[in-house]
Amino acid sequence: MDMAFSAAKCDIQSFPLSITSARSHEKPLFDPLKTPACSFLGSTRKVRFTSASKLNQINPHRRYAVVGASGANNEKECKSTSNLLITKEEGLELYEDMILGRAFEDMCAQMYYRGKMFGYVHLYNGQEAVSTGFIKLLKKEDSVVSTYRGHVHALSKGVPARAVMSELFGKTTGCCRGQGGSMHMFSREHYLLGGFSFIGEGIPVATGAAFTSKYRREVLKEADCDHVTLAFVGDGTCNNGQFFECLNMAALWKLPIVFVVQNNLWAIGMSHLRATSDPQIYKKGPAFGMPGIHVDGMDVLKVREVAQTAIARARSGEGPTLVECETYMFGEHSLTGPEDLRDPAEKAHYAARDPITALKRYLIENNPASETELKAIDKKVEEVVEDAVEFADESPHPLRSQLLENVFADPKGFGIGPDGRYRCEDPKFTEGTAQV
Amino acid sequence: MLGIVRQKMLRQSLQTIRPTVTVFRGYSSAAKQMTIREALNSALDEEMSADPKVFLMGEEVGEYQGAYKISKGLLDKYGPERVLDTPITEAGFTGIGVGAAYYGLRPIVEFMTFNFAMQAIDHIINSAAKSNYMSAGQINVPIVFRGPNGAAAGVGAQHSHCYAAWYGSCPGLKVLTPYSSEDARGLLKAAIRDPDPVIFLENELLYGESFPVSAEALDSSFCLPIGKAKIEREGRDVTITAFSKMVGHSLKAAEILEKEGISAEVINLRSIRPLDRATINASVRKTNRLVTVEEGFPQHGVGAEICATIVEDSFGYLDAPVERIAGADVPMPYAANLERMAVPQVEDIVRAAKRACHRSVPMAAAA
Repeated sequence: MDMAFSAAKCDIQSFPLSITSARSHEKPLFDPLKTPACSFLGSTRKVRFTSASKLNQINPHRRYAVVGASGANNEKECKSTSNLLITKEEGLELYEDMILGRAFEDMCAQMYYRGKMFGYVHLYNGQEAVSTGFIKLLKKEDSVVSTYRGHVHALSKGVPARAVMSELFGKTTGCCRGQGGSMHMFSREHYLLGGFSFIGEGIPVATGAAFTSKYRREVLKEADCDHVTLAFVGDGTCNNGQFFECLNMAALWKLPIVFVVQNNLWAIGMSHLRATSDPQIYKKGPAFGMPGIHVDGMDVLKVREVAQTAIARARSGEGPTLVECETYMFGEHSLTGPEDLRDPAEKAHYAARDPITALKRYLIENNPASETELKAIDKKVEEVVEDAVEFADESPHPLRSQLLENVFADPKGFGIGPDGRYRCEDPKFTEGTAQV
Repeated sequence: MLGIVRQKMLRQSLQTIRPTVTVFRGYSSAAKQMTIREALNSALDEEMSADPKVFLMGEEVGEYQGAYKISKGLLDKYGPERVLDTPITEAGFTGIGVGAAYYGLRPIVEFMTFNFAMQAIDHIINSAAKSNYMSAGQINVPIVFRGPNGAAAGVGAQHSHCYAAWYGSCPGLKVLTPYSSEDARGLLKAAIRDPDPVIFLENELLYGESFPVSAEALDSSFCLPIGKAKIEREGRDVTITAFSKMVGHSLKAAEILEKEGISAEVINLRSIRPLDRATINASVRKTNRLVTVEEGFPQHGVGAEICATIVEDSFGYLDAPVERIAGADVPMPYAANLERMAVPQVEDIVRAAKRACHRSVPMAAAA
């Protein structure tokens, strides 16, 4: 049975030697020359970074068909490789997405210190592999639910950089017209369901989105509705009650959702080890009846491989998956407080495992792309980001009348005014001069 | 019950007028400056050293020295058993705090902001506030819930909610809102010593502000009575009630009004529950006009309650309708200019006071 299988696998003593899909029985391929030993969770056990150069020539499209067919094939598929070939187009797409995320976040830091952005801004530097690895596999109608650290999720999902930057500047051309801000990015068009500042808040919302997908297929008989939801969460959230409640219900009702845990080992100043009784988060999956997978979140190709399995599983109606991505944040928790309790050695260690550098190295060494092509992408992204800043700068601030807008979908919710008519019908209401 | 409360208040007010204790302190009569942060930190420190049953729990209170550095140095001084870094589980650790309080410990539960306390509100209201009543006095809950409340700067809708009115409506809770450093020190110490659940609403933007503190306030037995408002500035023409950050705005407004010939009396509520109705009524009977100021949403807000109280007790003394200044009735927007419009500013208070006095200023703000 799948569940028992995963559970058994994940409990092995030699964790975390195996950093591929839990379904794979095989020992990982590792190249001791390529990677420095690293300590996951601060333990002295070593994790091997499977070298990306060992990828086989496998047509990635075949993977989808195989995975959809049956579980057995699925296993074999994963067993044969922890390495994934990507076509040149895919490689460049991944690279561009990751570079966009990094460049955008760096620009955010600059803009914040120049006073163009304010409040709480949380940057994603270092974790790009998780966002790109998962979101680039989604269809347009698949939903993404994020946390307060959501700029890059929005960008990966297709929200234009201009819209995100304007939103951060608080301008009316932002994706939420300046009303949401850094932590509350929503885009109906791109099926981005936010942007929640509360820990754990997005998880039930994501579970609800997955529920809708199943409901539409089974109750409303929309046979082709196989939309998947991704819920991005952090390691700190995995101790929160809402997380467990949703793991239970998602597994119980076989909802098409993937819980993507971005374990970057720290929740502001609280180390994951100090907060969690059992720090191996992926183990919580089997406890609720779903597979729990641990993957190296600094390697976009590995993340992508695991993501394909999990997303296909959800799409075929087999239910949820819990994926724990070991990743790291290069910046601080947020731009407001440069307080950092993290050991510089730990930071340096993960900086050496920069996912963008790793992908770049892989693409160049295996010849899907040349240095010049990658540089061209760098330049293009730089221009996109600068254009986004210019656009945001020149965009207008929200008008006074916008203050009272969007509180209700039906503005009659503001009630009836003293003259007996609905307040929203008073022309002064939209001018912002009426008293509410 | 009331008798006990009055006795306690009496004892506490006696404590504040005990000058003998401070004689050998050696502080000069010139006021010392203290930030709210320092005031809260010193209050926590003193109470924790006085009573070993007092402990602090919350996110980032230990090694990070407090999300807003309020608990700086406490971990080193008292150790990890008394300064507990919790995982991000508000419902869980609040419940744990309440359970500890049931058995006689005195927890101080810090919420990173009171917005996050909503994840724990079941425990605050159902386990803490109502327990003494439901157990007919057998189990009291000497717990303090503290943290920043209300709007900060540009932090968006989910981080800017003011909960004074929410908690103020619940019987079984005491709700305190300090403004100055003396308030912060005295009220926090009173809260920790109090045998009932106390909601201590701080303000993030005030943490770094300095206020003069008297020598008496620096004494470790200094306590302010719960349920007593303070008249920050005496006046004759209009009463302005405010709490927390809005007290500062009201005082500035009073300065502006003074120049225009209106003498405003500013009351710092200090305690939302129990509300010091006596002081407010006495003031309104003197000035005959009232302006209530709060940062939170207008409907069912603190101002609404004060207005109702005045109408009940001092209706005949009112020369003008009560003016209510509150935050805009919308979730807090992110854009800076919209946020400024959504929170009361000094000009709004000035305008409302003038309206109360002259009724010639139009209702809404001009664009």
